Amino acid sequence: MSIFDTFLNWKVFVETLPLLLMGLWVTIGLGVAAIVLGAVGGMLLALLRLYGPRPLRWVAVTYINVFRAIPLLVLLIVIYYALPFVGLRFTSFTSATAALSLVSAAYSAEILRAGIEGLPRGQSEAARALGLSPLRQMTDVILPQAVKLVIPPLTSNSINVMKDTSLASVVAMPDLLKQATQAQALAANPTPLIGAALIYLVLLLPFVNLVGVAEARLAKRAR
Amino acid sequence: MAGIIEIRDVRKSFGPFRALDGVDLVVEEGEVVVVIGRSGSGKSTLIRCLNQLEAHDSGTILVHGLDASRPSELRRIRTEAGMVFQSFNLFPHMSVLRNVALAPVRVRGLTWAEANARARKLLVRVGLAEQIDKYPNQLSGGQQQRVGIARALAMEPKVLLFDEPTSALDPEMVGEVLEVIQQLARTGVTMVVVTHEMGFARRVADRVAFIDAGRIVEIGPPAAIFDTPRDPRLQTFLKSILSA
Repeated sequence: MSIFDTFLNWKVFVETLPLLLMGLWVTIGLGVAAIVLGAVGGMLLALLRLYGPRPLRWVAVTYINVFRAIPLLVLLIVIYYALPFVGLRFTSFTSATAALSLVSAAYSAEILRAGIEGLPRGQSEAARALGLSPLRQMTDVILPQAVKLVIPPLTSNSINVMKDTSLASVVAMPDLLKQATQAQALAANPTPLIGAALIYLVLLLPFVNLVGVAEARLAKRAR
Repeated sequence: MAGIIEIRDVRKSFGPFRALDGVDLVVEEGEVVVVIGRSGSGKSTLIRCLNQLEAHDSGTILVHGLDASRPSELRRIRTEAGMVFQSFNLFPHMSVLRNVALAPVRVRGLTWAEANARARKLLVRVGLAEQIDKYPNQLSGGQQQRVGIARALAMEPKVLLFDEPTSALDPEMVGEVLEVIQQLARTGVTMVVVTHEMGFARRVADRVAFIDAGRIVEIGPPAAIFDTPRDPRLQTFLKSILSA
């Protein structure tokens, strides 16, 4: 058997492609849900950490540190396989979304904090001196600039979340990787795995390039 | 004697450094007070305490009868006291017009149409009719600072605070900004100006305050301060400036 028959078997690829595409939609759904929830959570955490009352600040810092330290796979398995012992039973989609969002929120929070702290002091001083309310200082002056500043690292984080959705296959989530391994078993041929790898690439490479371009543009403007 | 600004025994330290060491100053309505002194003397700290960009440690600051150390009254002080910064601090993600119109909408509750009309009028007044739709980074330093002045004026403040408004400018742009401030001074608005521009201080000030090591050492009409300084520290300061 040639390498083409084994890894790049066209017939197998065409037969299993519908299965892979079903998995792709699950992957995208899971990834987008986790990215959005993670961004919202990250924004709340960043604002709490920077401006919250002292005890809440401490809670935010602890959360951020814990969820950056814990391996995602471990968290996922704890949520899906351990929590049912205390009566908390989640579907594989809920478990995977929760694990991915919880961790993504921690990383997003740190990225957003860096963006807010990276603004010149004068911006918040001018906003305060004009008498803007704390909420308006944020929504009109600070956040629009800070978010723009951190679009590249936020995009990088989103790419990581999208890649990490593949871990959900261990909790029986029918995502792209899970479908590929099943298709491989059915066809007795590893071509679907190669197909899945290619689909991940096609999905994410444009975003990786986008980050590069955005970073170059920011660096140019900073000069 | 109740002034529009009353500062009584105000102290402020940064760690071991005493930036303000018991400052007393009363500014009357309509008065222009220019604060001079060497770098690090506390003059910027003083003006920044007025709207609490720095919180003072002790003493009393009243602006328009409002106590700056009370959060509820501070918001009103900030709406009534416009500030112009050394580094302009315009909002780079907004057009010039939006920079000026923002606070009147958000704080005073004007509609955008009203605020834009007001902003246009002010930008014309500071000579920037052509730049209304540009962004701050498309303007020269002098133009940016004039936008900063228009932004402060748009709130129709009772008091204007200038924190070294020309110190970050290229020399050829200092004049255009001082010109605008000088015109404002003639309109009768109360102003506190921290500056190194002695010629400007002499022309514009009703009173000049010389601050040294966190205290107001001498205060009086410009002629008295510049022509017959009494305190030896002021004499040394003026000599060092004139010989520079």
